[in-house]
Amino acid sequence: MDSSKLNELKLTAAKIRRHVIESIAAANSGHPGGSLSSTDIITVLFFDEMKIDTKNPSWADRDRFVLSKGHAAPAYYAALAMKGFFPEEDLVTLRKTDSYLEGHPSMRKVPGCDMSTGSLGQGISCAVGMALAGKIDKKDYRVFSILGDGELEEGQVWEASMAAAHYGLDNLVAFVDHNNLQIDGNIANVMNPNPVADKFAAFGWNVISIDGHDLEQIKSAVETAKTVKGKPTVVVCETVKGKGVSFMENDYGWHGVAPNVEQKAKALAEIDEYIKGLEA
Amino acid sequence: MGKTATRDAYGKALAEFGSDERIVVLDADLSKSTKTSTFAAVYPERHFNMGIAEGNMMSVAAGLAACGKIVFASSFAMFAAVRAAEQVRNSICYPKLNVKVAATHAGLTVGEDGASHQCIEDVAVMRAIPGMTVVCPCDAIETKMAIKAAIEYDGPMYIRLGRLAVEDVFDVADYTFELGKGITVKDGKDVTIVASGLMVQESLKAVEILAKEGISARLIDMHTIKPIDKDILIRAAKETGLIVTVEEHNLSGGLGSAVCEALAENYPCKVKMIGVEDKFGTSGTPAELLDMYGLTGEAIATKVKAALASK
Repeated sequence: MDSSKLNELKLTAAKIRRHVIESIAAANSGHPGGSLSSTDIITVLFFDEMKIDTKNPSWADRDRFVLSKGHAAPAYYAALAMKGFFPEEDLVTLRKTDSYLEGHPSMRKVPGCDMSTGSLGQGISCAVGMALAGKIDKKDYRVFSILGDGELEEGQVWEASMAAAHYGLDNLVAFVDHNNLQIDGNIANVMNPNPVADKFAAFGWNVISIDGHDLEQIKSAVETAKTVKGKPTVVVCETVKGKGVSFMENDYGWHGVAPNVEQKAKALAEIDEYIKGLEA
Repeated sequence: MGKTATRDAYGKALAEFGSDERIVVLDADLSKSTKTSTFAAVYPERHFNMGIAEGNMMSVAAGLAACGKIVFASSFAMFAAVRAAEQVRNSICYPKLNVKVAATHAGLTVGEDGASHQCIEDVAVMRAIPGMTVVCPCDAIETKMAIKAAIEYDGPMYIRLGRLAVEDVFDVADYTFELGKGITVKDGKDVTIVASGLMVQESLKAVEILAKEGISARLIDMHTIKPIDKDILIRAAKETGLIVTVEEHNLSGGLGSAVCEALAENYPCKVKMIGVEDKFGTSGTPAELLDMYGLTGEAIATKVKAALASK
């Protein structure tokens, strides 16, 4: 990745983080921690990888995206808006009754959204179904999905993993946002899903482990996945919950709590400072 | 007239209508029992065994449907409608995806496998989900035409099927299936029996018993439980003044409840509900179980007479 592209993607990620804070603050509810930890993965997928057409959201040959950890919707919505599926100014209507921006993604309401998610463990199975449809139809689109690491505690994730490997779905790439925290605390204390990479390997997946905030590593993992035939790929992304807002980082208290007016201002000032550095 | 299990008719219908390449069939290691194996024999490339993992199967079905497939997802009613209820709700119904949950082995007549496999709650669970259509055909031709209708209908549908071979009720030649429209199997003026699934056959026996005693009973086959045919119910209430519902399901949230809801709001009328009286099933032959739970033609006739006595 050349440095100007990298800088551009970093700027995009920072703008997504800005929208995450602003929209959750406006809603006075939502999930900042896991939205911020997923932001860099979403950035690479939507702004440097996926074949999608904002003028034709239901294009049959498009790449698909399923946010299995549906509570990271604010980051997903920001990416969709910034791509041009709907106006960016609508992002602050998040979670309002008169808004199409549901608390968790709805494919029937949100332009550009491929699958309704929110109930953990189900999105990855839906992604398996989409990848299977691609195989049946001999289409070359790819299906991307992001899982939370707490989500791995849902048995359905492993049912889906078994099925994806069984049917050799090499058109499926799952990312695990491995931020080590869930609502009740550290995943290792609540119900330990580790070792994540070993489990997916045992289920027959190609496993790539990366720093989930390194945009070049994310892009490189997606490229590597394309060369692996006959099995699905999982990219285990080491991430920081609340990434990009210092007082939210690595604090499970920020899983599902909105920032107040002062906290919002502080968070935005931090992000703006970072953006200024990138633009300089 | 012959005897056929609705699950057999289902498998044959899938094979017959399966040339539509949009159709994909999923099963959870029960394809020989659910009879999706009949489809698999003709179209193996569009039949996928998802293993003993019903929750995943329902969400995979949703993903396939989101890519334009007409998906039939089959297992026993217990595992399709109850175990995987939340996946049917969130992955399939909430986004209004074109998935047909075709569940076999519904009700007590699963037989010897016993209570763990005898699903008497599925209609209640499926009916409670917004936008879900619920169909329970009674015989071979009705099942075939219900599957045809399911293929033509764009949206989620629950299709309740049985294990037991049952008598044909309808002639192929003059049968027409219309989603949401009950069928008057026998006309009558003293009482109306509303049934679905194999309770239509048992109710038909009850109608014959009652006729011998000079009671004219109307019989409605309510193959679509949701949306229910309000018009046919209101007409029956007006004309016969007493409704008796018969279902192979717990008396909570099933056909009887659906009938009561429709009548209470539109034309209040006395209703007697016949079904499983808040009990689990048990092992036994289907005939023994129907007798034990009061769901034979004779038992239905007796209960109808008691209801008529207090009309």
